[in-house]
Amino acid sequence: MLPVMLTISAELKAKILAHASADHPDEACGIIAGPAGSDRPERFIPMLNAERSPTFYRFDSLEQLRVWREMDNRDEEPVVIYHSHTATEAYPSRTDVSYASEPDAHYVLVSTADPERAEFRSFRIVAGTVSEEEVVVQE
Amino acid sequence: MAIEVRIPTILRNYTGGQRSVEGSGSTLNELFADLDGRFDGLRGRLVDESGLRRFVNVYLNDEDVRFLGGLEAPVSDGDTVTVLPAVAGGTN
Repeated sequence: MLPVMLTISAELKAKILAHASADHPDEACGIIAGPAGSDRPERFIPMLNAERSPTFYRFDSLEQLRVWREMDNRDEEPVVIYHSHTATEAYPSRTDVSYASEPDAHYVLVSTADPERAEFRSFRIVAGTVSEEEVVVQE
Repeated sequence: MAIEVRIPTILRNYTGGQRSVEGSGSTLNELFADLDGRFDGLRGRLVDESGLRRFVNVYLNDEDVRFLGGLEAPVSDGDTVTVLPAVAGGTN
């Protein structure tokens, strides 16, 4: 049974928002790795958006290989996979859902459409089905 | 010696849970065909009519095979092929 919430530190949440804000108007993306099976996001890894686009993101394939190998060696997994939407709400698009392939990951979406009120939401995407979950921020 | 193929979590239901399997062939295409004989359906998740699926990244040792000729990339004993799900998305 999957936990129905994302528990994340205030520091890591702030790092995601800062990355999204720095790359605006392009989409920003990255992961937070954590010990395999722990469901604890711990190690912040901003990734290049190989598309450098305001409407699309894709991890650079060679950077991804390097980061995934490193996680493998440290017995970690991508606990959070995040990206930003820069002109629309923080909700997974059809394209996001079609690519989502980590059923155990928390898919975090941030919207920088309104810089005064950045949205930060988390979803599970399993077999094409999106479920939003609660975000619990710990100081 | 054989070619080691590292399988991502999402595709391990095709390999009985194994993280890595072995196969043979002189090109990536032959390697995937060889694997499909033992792991039914795996090839279909990696390849479609037009070539490598855009939802996966396939690496030969440290290189993305898209830069090595795709399915025609030559492979040989001792190589490691790594499959990772592409992480991508968009606004629409």
